[in-house]
Formats: sequence, structure tokens, C-alpha cells
Amino acid sequence: MLRHAWVIARKDLLLEFRSRTAFVSATVFAALVLTVFEFGRDPTAVATSDLAPSILWVTFTFAGMLALNRAFQLELENQALDALLVAPISRTSLYWAKLVANCIFVGVVEAIALPLFVLFFDVPVGGILLPLIGVIALATVGFIAVGTLFSAMVSRTRFAELMLPVLLLPFLVPPLIGAVQVTAQLLAGRPLSEGEGWLRLLAAYDVAFLTLATLLFPTTVNE
Amino acid sequence: MLSADNLRHTFGAVRALDGISFSLPGGRTLALFGPNGAGKTTLLKVLAGLIKPEVGHAEVTGGRRAVGWIGHQSSLYGHLTVRENLLFWAQLYDLPAARARARVTELLGRLGMTDRADQPVRVLSRGLMQRVTIARALVHDPEVLLLDEPFTGLDLAAAGEFRRLLGELAGQGRIVVLATHNVDEGVELATDIAFQVRGRFVHFAPRAARNAGEIGEAYRRAVGNGEGGGGG
Repeated sequence: MLRHAWVIARKDLLLEFRSRTAFVSATVFAALVLTVFEFGRDPTAVATSDLAPSILWVTFTFAGMLALNRAFQLELENQALDALLVAPISRTSLYWAKLVANCIFVGVVEAIALPLFVLFFDVPVGGILLPLIGVIALATVGFIAVGTLFSAMVSRTRFAELMLPVLLLPFLVPPLIGAVQVTAQLLAGRPLSEGEGWLRLLAAYDVAFLTLATLLFPTTVNE
Repeated sequence: MLSADNLRHTFGAVRALDGISFSLPGGRTLALFGPNGAGKTTLLKVLAGLIKPEVGHAEVTGGRRAVGWIGHQSSLYGHLTVRENLLFWAQLYDLPAARARARVTELLGRLGMTDRADQPVRVLSRGLMQRVTIARALVHDPEVLLLDEPFTGLDLAAAGEFRRLLGELAGQGRIVVLATHNVDEGVELATDIAFQVRGRFVHFAPRAARNAGEIGEAYRRAVGNGEGGGGG
């Protein structure tokens, strides 16, 4: 199963590397969101430290949705999905393939957006970079786990790109609150251990939704 | 062995499959004719395991690994080269790397695509893309071929070569099911003929010695008997 998943994930990443369509869109989108927030806010009204964590996660969430939208569109362009479903691979390996490819793709976009965030908002991340990356990874996995499932569900609908955020955003409220809280604590110079409760929530969310999505995915891709 | 037992399936009010039963042993080639919307594609999808029928069941000896599938579209990735596409599908069928490379080279040669092997699929014409689609379906050397309008876009030479290839495969004991609305296509390959109208087989019999003209006439009579399309 894992071998098939990696073969498909590698193919997805190669396709994205060749076309760069979603990567360019997501990166430019992230840069634009950060720019709008940087110049659209009044720094004397709200302190940067209060606003920055929310801005970071809004940017990551919406840039990530561009990746999720593309995940199954790749398979629908020439009906490759049909041949994938005929092939002797488990539906679960298809889910994990998309999950891995999406995590890598969103991770790269986040790796570009994070320095831009630091640059625009002048937040000190030198001493907290590793814990911050850990929190980003923890929240991103949960977000992608649910998003990959919903992306498959809506991919054959007429308004897939509109449907995905409408369905997905309510499910992202818990990990987003957790991620914003822990990020705020880190940016305020407080130790990671203070956010232990939120970290537990993020970890539990990851485990719960990875399990649920793995179990539910096979029924979503059948015609 | 390929078998279907009392397959029934609807899309809303449209009856795509209405009690289809048949079986084919190895070495048989079924030409499945029917007007647009007769349910041919639905039948192939059920046989391939893409659609679970509401009633009945279909079985392919050897399961999904034994099936080679050609649908209405290529199932190829435009930004991968011809060779990369074929190697990708070979990997999903667990072909060892060396065997996969040899198989891909063999198929590309057979289908006249050797000089296009390193071109991205997106730059190919419809006909050339169809040749790659055929190679994709054959890359794992399947026991059962389910082909939906496989001659679409092929020029005369490529269509002739594909017919020869299908003939060889049937001679090796493979099962071929070939769906088309064009009676002239594939008749000479067929050992069995079925006419599907509104989800039902109105005719299913060995081809015997009948020529294309006789089969065409029988088909026109069957389709003209107050029946038209209806399924998917």
C-alpha cells in the first residue's frame, strides 16, 4: 500500500514541478494576503503581536486550499481516476498518496510564506523557529487530512472550487484556534509547554481525522 | 473467465442495465454494439469494477489486476512524457523496473511510438494519444481487455495494427470486450456479437460465419425495432 501511495504522490509532485500552476498560484496568493494585511491594518490601533498569529494562519489556510482543489482535478483531466480505480491498488493508498503530496506541496508554500510573514510583520522568530515549525506541521497535517477527503468528495461536483471552502472551513475551526493560540504564545516569548492543552488538541485532531478520512475515503471515490 | 449475472443499474429514471447476463471463456472477443446511450459504457464500467450495480454481480477471474481498461478518455497525464506515463502505470501493477522498461519499449515499438517516447503527452494529436492509451491498457499484459470505443482517433494504419494486436491477444487466450456504436469496427475480430439497446441485450450469440454486412443488417433491424438509447 505505501509503495503505491508513494508512486502516486511522486507522480503528483512531478506534475506540479513541471506545470507549477498551483504552486505559483498558492505562493503569489500567500504573498498577496500578507501584503494586504501589512498595508491594510492600522498598527496604532492593534498591536502586531495580537494580529500576526491570525494573519499567518489565515494565509496558510487559504493558500492550502488552492493545493487541495488541485489534488483530484489532476486525476479528472483525462479521467485518469477511472484507470486508477481499475488498477489493483487500494483506495486507501490513493488517499495517502494525495495526503503526502498535499502535505509536501503545502509545506513548501508555507516555507516560502513564513519568511515573508517575518519580513512584513517584523516578528522575532529566531529563538522559537523549531517549536513554531512543529506547531505548523501539527496543524497542517490535520488540515490536509480533512481537506484531502473533502477535495475527493467535491471533485466531481460542478462547483468544486466553491464547495471545498464551504464544506471544509467549519471543520478547520478547532485546529485553527489551537494553532493561533500556540503561535501567539510562542511569538509572545512564552514557552511551548504553556500551550500543552492546545498541542494535545491538535494531535488528537490529527489522529482522529487521519483515521476517519482513511476509513471514509474509499466510499467517496466510487461512482 | 468473465461473467455477468443479471446486471441491473439505473441513473435516475434511466435504465442503463436491465438484466444483462453472459459469460465469456478465455480466447473469446465480444463485440458489443449499441446506439449512443444504450448502456455500453455502464456495462464496461461494471465489468471493470468502477460501478457497483444495483442488482446482480460481475466477476473477472484474476480480479482487477487482470483487467486492461480503455475508457472514453486517455487516463494519461499531459505533463508526463509518453514513457513516464507508461512506467507510472506499470509501477501501479507491480511490474519489476527492468521488466516494465522492456515492456514499455516493446509496446511503443509495436504501436509506432518509439520516436515519441520522450515527448509530453499533452503535445500529441488525438490519434497518437489513443495509441499511448492502448499501450497504457496493455502495459501489465492483462488477461481481460475492456475497451470502450478504442478505435477513436486512430488512423487506418494504427487501427489495422491494433486489430492485429487484439487478434494475437485473443489467440493467446485473452478475453476482449469491445464496445462501439460502429458495426464496421471490430466485427472481423469478434467471436461473439451482442447488440445492447436500452440496457438490454437484444441479441447475444457467436458470430459464426456471418460477415459484416449481415451483422450490420441484423443490428439495424434490432435497433430499429422501436428501441433507441437510454443508458449511459
